[in-house]
Amino acid sequence: MSKAQQAEPAVNTPPAPGPRQTDGRTARRPLALRLLARPEVGVFLGAVAVLVFFLFAAPPVRDGSSMANILYQSSTIGIMALPVALLMIGGEFDLSAGVAVVTSALTASMLSYQLTLNVWVGVVVALVVSLAVGMFNGWMLVKTGLPSFLVTLGTFLILQGVNLAVTKLVTGNVATDDISDMDGFDQAQALFASSFDVGGVQVKITVVWWLVFAALATWVLLRTKYGNWVFAVGGNKESARAVGVPVTFTKISLFMLVGFGAWFVGMHNLFSFNTVQSGEGVGQELIYIAAAVIGGCLLTGGYGSAIGPVFGAFMFGMVQQGIVYAGWNPDWFKAFLGVMLLGAVLINLWVQRTATRR
Amino acid sequence: MDRSSLTRSRRIAPFVAVAAAAALTLAGCSSGSGGKKSEEGGADASAGKASTPRMTVALVTHQSPGDTFWDIVRKGAQAAADKDNVKLVYSADPNAGNQANLVQNAIDQKVDGIAVTLAKPDALKGVIAKAEAVGIPVVGLNSGVSDWKDLGLLEFFGQDESVAGEAFGKKLNEVGAKNAVCVVQEQGNVGLTQRCDGVKKTFEGKTQVLNVNGTDMPSVKSTITAKLKQDSSIDYVVTLGAPFALTAVQSVEESGSKAKVATFDLNKQLTGAIKDGGIQFAVDQQPYLQGYLAVDGLWLYKNNGNYSGGGEQPVLTGPAFVDESNVDAVSEFAGKGTR
Repeated sequence: MSKAQQAEPAVNTPPAPGPRQTDGRTARRPLALRLLARPEVGVFLGAVAVLVFFLFAAPPVRDGSSMANILYQSSTIGIMALPVALLMIGGEFDLSAGVAVVTSALTASMLSYQLTLNVWVGVVVALVVSLAVGMFNGWMLVKTGLPSFLVTLGTFLILQGVNLAVTKLVTGNVATDDISDMDGFDQAQALFASSFDVGGVQVKITVVWWLVFAALATWVLLRTKYGNWVFAVGGNKESARAVGVPVTFTKISLFMLVGFGAWFVGMHNLFSFNTVQSGEGVGQELIYIAAAVIGGCLLTGGYGSAIGPVFGAFMFGMVQQGIVYAGWNPDWFKAFLGVMLLGAVLINLWVQRTATRR
Repeated sequence: MDRSSLTRSRRIAPFVAVAAAAALTLAGCSSGSGGKKSEEGGADASAGKASTPRMTVALVTHQSPGDTFWDIVRKGAQAAADKDNVKLVYSADPNAGNQANLVQNAIDQKVDGIAVTLAKPDALKGVIAKAEAVGIPVVGLNSGVSDWKDLGLLEFFGQDESVAGEAFGKKLNEVGAKNAVCVVQEQGNVGLTQRCDGVKKTFEGKTQVLNVNGTDMPSVKSTITAKLKQDSSIDYVVTLGAPFALTAVQSVEESGSKAKVATFDLNKQLTGAIKDGGIQFAVDQQPYLQGYLAVDGLWLYKNNGNYSGGGEQPVLTGPAFVDESNVDAVSEFAGKGTR
């Protein structure tokens, strides 16, 4: 029995009269309906709709390399959308996720460059810093009991200022120096930002990481004790605590998972563009949250999946690039994006309603 | 020693050990190439200091946080301030209403002079009149070349973004471009829109606009790649900031397009890319000069009553083109982040 179905409304029909063996609570619903009740099905249909739409509307999308480009864009959103979605299932969200990516990249870049160290040193220290930021978010939340909106809004602003001020202080500029000629850069680039050939199409390695992380997250969520904890703390914190779920550990670790994601994407940005602009990342947090919500995660927690956000991120990347492939008037870009996303969410909602209605 | 401090020191001990180990590991991990060590050497431009009395100048711009261009303007202003014994108060806000508040703030501080950018002149009209009413000289820089006289500003340094855009368009004609795409990294930004409009005005080929999400580099890269796929006849990618030009070079490679890349503004990596031919040329409004002259102009006015252009003509700081022919002369200064 999957976790997602726990969120279904309780049904209070009296036992059916006559010889029926099952009542409304134990009857197995038709497979199609049960499938539709999964959090990721709505977004899957939405993503397919958007894909088919652009296959017709924008001829260049039919090309394999265009698809690789769309998947690349989706993967950089998707890698962050995964931990953000897990956190959301756990009942919290993180507004600092966008700038945390840049914090991580800046840390690695400046540390390696300023001290003339092997870039791997910077990469490792950046991981520590990113996890620490996540831990701070989680710790503040648990200790103060404040809503995550406030706590992470605080870290969002702090990191935004720190990114700018520290970069200016250390480098004298608003961007970091080029580290592409330093020791270890090529190895790190191979890990975080290389591409490989699939039938003549260059596919970015981030796409592979994205799918690997998604598979891992799905397994954790559905097959491990930790996954149960995540659903439990998001559903009802107090009852979760009452039945012995380590709420504090779960929440803090979820925030640290977002830190890990920020580190990974930050390293990708650093090793594919060699330098980092300190003002980047602002606004990205909403895109991650949007991808998770489109992917079927509830803003209130306790419900969602890890596969949903994969389709959510794909939809985002598809729409964003599809509009360009279609050659539409760029002034309307954001408006198109908004309309298509709203449309997708509505499909999502409709599918869920249809599926859970009796 | 009491018990609690004993346990505390025991708890701390492993961390100290880890930190020490980390420090040792770090020492063994230095990079043999690149990094700061290979860059060090070469003194900053510094000169003597004026013996005139200390004065305070406020520089209020419409910079958005982290913008390279404005960082260079500020460095120029700071250089002039250091030389002229001026205390520089820098503030900025891309929102016109907030920028007006910042000017008011400078008036309240009773500064000796105000340098302001006029991205949205109407919003600043009232507050500039207030400054003039209390006898604070106001100079303009960067944007507002057609409005500074009406607002009663003393002098003006720089030019509108549109002038740079027009020069860029002419240059595109010279190099024989037919179809250019102008990459806007912040949709709705006044200065960036003026640059694209300027290009469109003088460029005889086709000019398209492409909006990208400038706060997310991977997205910028994919979007430019997508555009080059969508229209394979594009032969020039025009970016409006140096970091985006370098990303555009990657996009061109990936899409297999034959398009060339040219850009507004400079930075260190960009001069390298011009040298090795990845980027054709850059147009430079000399932001350093705009900041420097604005502060220096106020100093001159205060101490000797001079004002450039006699209140009639603006002082132009560009557009200066940087290409293969002169990149060597410029790259040294761009390397320091001052050009």
